[in-house]
Amino acid sequence: MRKLVFHIFRYDPQLEGDKPRMQRFELNETEGMSIFIALNKIRAEQAPDLKFDFVCRAGICGSCAMVINGMPTLACRTLTSTFDTPEITLHPLPGFELIGDLSVNTGKFMRALSERVGSWIHDENANNISIDKLEERMEPALAEQIYELDRCIECGCCVSACATKAMKEDFIGAVGMIKLGKFELDPRDKRTSKDFYQVLGNEDGVFGCMTLLGCQDSCPKDLNHQTQIAYLRRKMLMALN
Amino acid sequence: MRIEYTDSLIIGGGLAGLRTAIACKKAKLNVLVLSLVPAKRSHSAAAQGGMQASLASSFKGQGDNEDVHFADTVRGSDWGCDQKVARMFCHVAPKAVRELSVWGVPWNRVNKGKRDVIVNAQTETITEANESHGLITARDFGGTKKWRTCYTSDGTGHSMLNAMDNKAIELEIPVLERQQALKLIHDGKRCTGAIVRDLITGEVFAIVANATTIATGGFGRIYEISTNAVICDGVGAAMALETGETPLANMEAIQFHPTAIVPAGILTTEGCRGDGGVLRDADGHRFMPDYEPEKAELASRDVVSRRMTEHIRKGKGVKSEYGDHLWLDITLLGREHINKNLREVKDICEHFLGIDPAVDYIPVRPTQHYSMGGIRTDFRGESVGLKGLFAVGEAACWDLHGFNRLGGNSVAETVVAGMIVGQYVVEHCQQSNVDINASLVKHFYATQCTEIDQLLERKTGTDALSIKTRMQHIMSEKVGIFRTNGPLTEAIEELKALYEESKEIAISNKVRHANPELEEALRVPKMLKLAICAAQGALNRTESRGAHCREDFPERNDKEWLKRSLYYWKKDSVDVSYEPLNIDEMEMPPGSRGYGKSQIVEHPQTQTRLETVDLVNASAEDLSRSERQHKLMPFEIPEIYQEKNQRIGVED
Ligand SMILES: Cc1cc2nc3c(=O)[nH]c(=O)nc-3n(C[C@H](O)[C@H](O)[C@H](O)COP(=O)(O)OP(=O)(O)OC[C@H]3O[C@@H](n4cnc5c(N)ncnc54)[C@H](O)[C@@H]3O)c2cc1C
Ligand code: FES
Repeated sequence: MRKLVFHIFRYDPQLEGDKPRMQRFELNETEGMSIFIALNKIRAEQAPDLKFDFVCRAGICGSCAMVINGMPTLACRTLTSTFDTPEITLHPLPGFELIGDLSVNTGKFMRALSERVGSWIHDENANNISIDKLEERMEPALAEQIYELDRCIECGCCVSACATKAMKEDFIGAVGMIKLGKFELDPRDKRTSKDFYQVLGNEDGVFGCMTLLGCQDSCPKDLNHQTQIAYLRRKMLMALN
Repeated sequence: MRIEYTDSLIIGGGLAGLRTAIACKKAKLNVLVLSLVPAKRSHSAAAQGGMQASLASSFKGQGDNEDVHFADTVRGSDWGCDQKVARMFCHVAPKAVRELSVWGVPWNRVNKGKRDVIVNAQTETITEANESHGLITARDFGGTKKWRTCYTSDGTGHSMLNAMDNKAIELEIPVLERQQALKLIHDGKRCTGAIVRDLITGEVFAIVANATTIATGGFGRIYEISTNAVICDGVGAAMALETGETPLANMEAIQFHPTAIVPAGILTTEGCRGDGGVLRDADGHRFMPDYEPEKAELASRDVVSRRMTEHIRKGKGVKSEYGDHLWLDITLLGREHINKNLREVKDICEHFLGIDPAVDYIPVRPTQHYSMGGIRTDFRGESVGLKGLFAVGEAACWDLHGFNRLGGNSVAETVVAGMIVGQYVVEHCQQSNVDINASLVKHFYATQCTEIDQLLERKTGTDALSIKTRMQHIMSEKVGIFRTNGPLTEAIEELKALYEESKEIAISNKVRHANPELEEALRVPKMLKLAICAAQGALNRTESRGAHCREDFPERNDKEWLKRSLYYWKKDSVDVSYEPLNIDEMEMPPGSRGYGKSQIVEHPQTQTRLETVDLVNASAEDLSRSERQHKLMPFEIPEIYQEKNQRIGVED
């Protein structure tokens, strides 16, 4: 097995006098080693103060996104064997508040985004729907389509890979659009195209996107952002008429 | 010292915590939710296969109702559960699924017409009724008489948690992320909040609350390999234990899931087998029917896990450098089905194993998965011993699951219990006031600060991580699927020694703010307490019931052991006592689960109760289903959830 060389971004913004730097660690690669295993090993044996975030360690919860050899992706399901070179460079996701080292505050960002775009079913009548009676029916294919858009795990990869977002602070990004796209598709949400236009029909929404599609390339859940953005653009243009 | 005040403090932002918070907020209470991580990343998100509720809309669900669900749950629990709680649960589960549907979960739906399904490795064609088209459908899961598990592909927990958290955001419920509760504030009778550490700034502060609800999930990480998230450390349950005033229960009841991948321990859902997947051994032979001819792969989880281990012991496992394993074969389901209904499984296979489950077998082995035990509560979710302290979800022993929980009954429990217990939390807040006792708050605050100061000041000592690793190893080796006196006795001695060592933990990183080493040091002694409870409970219980299997005591002994284990932490060690289950109140008196050869030492009252139940049933023939049920075992339920559940084409 190889000897891996990790170059890891280190910085503790709360530690007085600390400066951003890259730190080098060597580690013997083992069979089936993931970045999750590697980082825990480095923490256990070489750097007890190394900060990073893992929760499910199964590619399901979106906690562990970081930039690995230049690509934002989920660290828990990235195997070291996928890299031809033994040199692995790790950076925290850009575009989010840094907690320290590889740990960023995606949660705060996502909650604010959800509040901003109204990421919930809007239906004034919802409280009157009886949960004792048969539920409202839905076409099976439509339920599957909604689930497809519901698969976003808010990992933040699309945000950090987005050139528009890098220039425009308030751009809602692919994650914002996939959220709204889901509610737009869902008949349980009673918002009209005009309501969606309020949030989406501007330069911070669909019309700001430069279609460079960093989102599509980096999405660990393979969500079809390209189709989704194009669809929303058409919808928003139609809402004008 | 900063003090925050709220009516209802909820520790945990998973499904259980959020649903409880929503109940409180709807009743116009002030609510605060704490979570180690952003709410949507809580471990509930990892639930794949689905949620049980007897909607009975799909062809294979026909005839299902609360009674059938109840019987499956009680049988599954090996008669260890609280039957009244099981009744409350089965009644509210359909409402919970329907409520989540209103809130946005895209449940998979019934598609009218013919379709092929795989049952017992054979293709069967079924026809879904036109009247059911578009209603919520269900898949098959282990230990159930009907197809009852509602799902969204194999990302059910993810979709549920999304909808739940979105609802919480809509209701403007504050979720304080990256906060860890470490201690409860109490005076020996009444709990009035918690001491919390901010995991970013390191600030320690107090939250004073009228009601405090622990919804911190399971504690799988006391084991070496677990399907649980790395944050499932049990600190929430340990906090309650450490008060010395309120017990944990049934800590020896630990579930091992049959199909976690080797070596990572990541789960592949029971839905794989529910949808028709089978288990194979080193020779490619499908072995489960040899052991359980009737239910085969879909026997209850504890049964399948034991049979697999037995089969491996016979030398039929597949050799690997990570130890022997077996194969999960879902190739017979076909690529289309896998791509649509088992996509997380497919992703996991691709990324962690580098295989394609549509053509390759998946290497699996039984792995720690679920904690049936937890903070003992009454049917209202309130702890035994401390007023104003509630527990809900996997952290609680509400006692829906007894000694083995059915797949799909856990996410269902989180939401249902959130709905029910939430109502009782509201009731509590409306009926009682909290006296703010400043010196009490200060006392607990100071104790917590001292603990942290000592860790930071101690120059040399033991390493928390190494203690944790040793604990995990002991638990996996000696408190696993099959248990015997010798290893259990050793485990307890070793765990107690580790606990002593943990009093001398030292850390090298001395900062007070974000500090993973400090977090570990605070966590490990608490985890050890839970491990000691589990091992001691397993040693004491000289019978086999559900997931607790003693090779030296293979029979289920109702005569001696039809009781719940209770653990108090007193004088710095565990004190175990027992609470009998009352047969005279059981709707379903103890019987056989129908697996293998039945080995039961009967309770003297079982026969009498069976006769009473028969008499009541005979005299109640003209009554409706629910009237008959209430004659046998009346149970309480919050008023807003009392209505009957409607089903397609059924009157009663
Ligand atoms: C891989 C996997 C798959 C599963 N699949 C299914 C399934 O298909 N069907 C089913 O019914 N069940 C399933 N289960 C079980 C089910 O998912 C869990 O039992 C359930 O989701 C637990 O929910 P909870 O709300 O009780 O806890 P969790 O979702 O674990 O939430 C716990 C919360 O508490 C917080 N917390 C913990 N400690 C503290 C602390 N000290 N201070 C502050 N906050 C704290 C955490 O941040 C988190 O927000 C599965 C379990 C696993 C492991
Ligand atoms: S830790 Fe959950 S996605 Fe990586």
